Amino acid sequence: MRYIIYFIIAFCLWLLLTLSVNLDHVVIGVIVALLGTVVFGGYFTKKPMKFLQLHRLFWIIVYIPVFIWYMLRANIDVAYRVLHPQRPIKPGIVKIKTSLKSDIAKVFLANSITLTPGTMTCEIEDEYLYIHWIWVQTSAMDKASKIIASPFEKYLRRIFE
Amino acid sequence: MISPIGWIIIWIGVAFDILGAIGLVRFPDVYNRLQASTKCVTLGTFGIMVGIFLLKGFTPMGIKALICGAFLLMTSPVAAHALMKGSLHFGTKLWKGTIVDKYGEDKLGGEQIEKKEG
Repeated sequence: MRYIIYFIIAFCLWLLLTLSVNLDHVVIGVIVALLGTVVFGGYFTKKPMKFLQLHRLFWIIVYIPVFIWYMLRANIDVAYRVLHPQRPIKPGIVKIKTSLKSDIAKVFLANSITLTPGTMTCEIEDEYLYIHWIWVQTSAMDKASKIIASPFEKYLRRIFE
Repeated sequence: MISPIGWIIIWIGVAFDILGAIGLVRFPDVYNRLQASTKCVTLGTFGIMVGIFLLKGFTPMGIKALICGAFLLMTSPVAAHALMKGSLHFGTKLWKGTIVDKYGEDKLGGEQIEKKEG
């Protein structure tokens, strides 16, 4: 089942990329999508029907503006540190704990953390994440988790779990 | 009306790309440089892609630009993470102003921070 859904997604993506319904393009698209399915289908999510649940889609749509807002803040923050004559940085690697369980949610949490103000994921290990922080506010695990991860966790939990 | 907004977004993207490049030069070690380059260059390039989409609309070029933007958002943090983990395991020291290194303490037997000179 999940192989079929993976194939459909890959093929739709191909059609979007080429935006033509020539026979040549469609045949090559089928071949490429099949190849991708054979190689990577095994890594796809085990319950693909989750994609069709409306409340998850709703939370994805809520999450995107939140994410873009944090990304803009991150960039203004980095721009400030880059352009400031004294180069105000106080970096360090801290350890945080996440309450998310599924792998895909953790991946998205790590990606979100990387693209948001001053933080970057070095390593995920079970429920702990190691974060490189450009301006360390606290090295205590609880407080750091609250500052870094909690803005995203509530959305990601609703989307993926 | 859409066209000027598209151009403005493209130029904001270019500005962030330049800032990322400046950060790459100014910051002291691998990890901080990765921070600057990943964030600014991701949003900068994403901005350029969104700008192209706004200029071109739902034409083949516009849709391709939008898909490229989405791929960029997903892959760029992963690449940065791989580079960062690679340099940690290779043993690149953190900058001497670094104040805490939990990863080194837990995994590499002690903080991997450069000694202060003098």
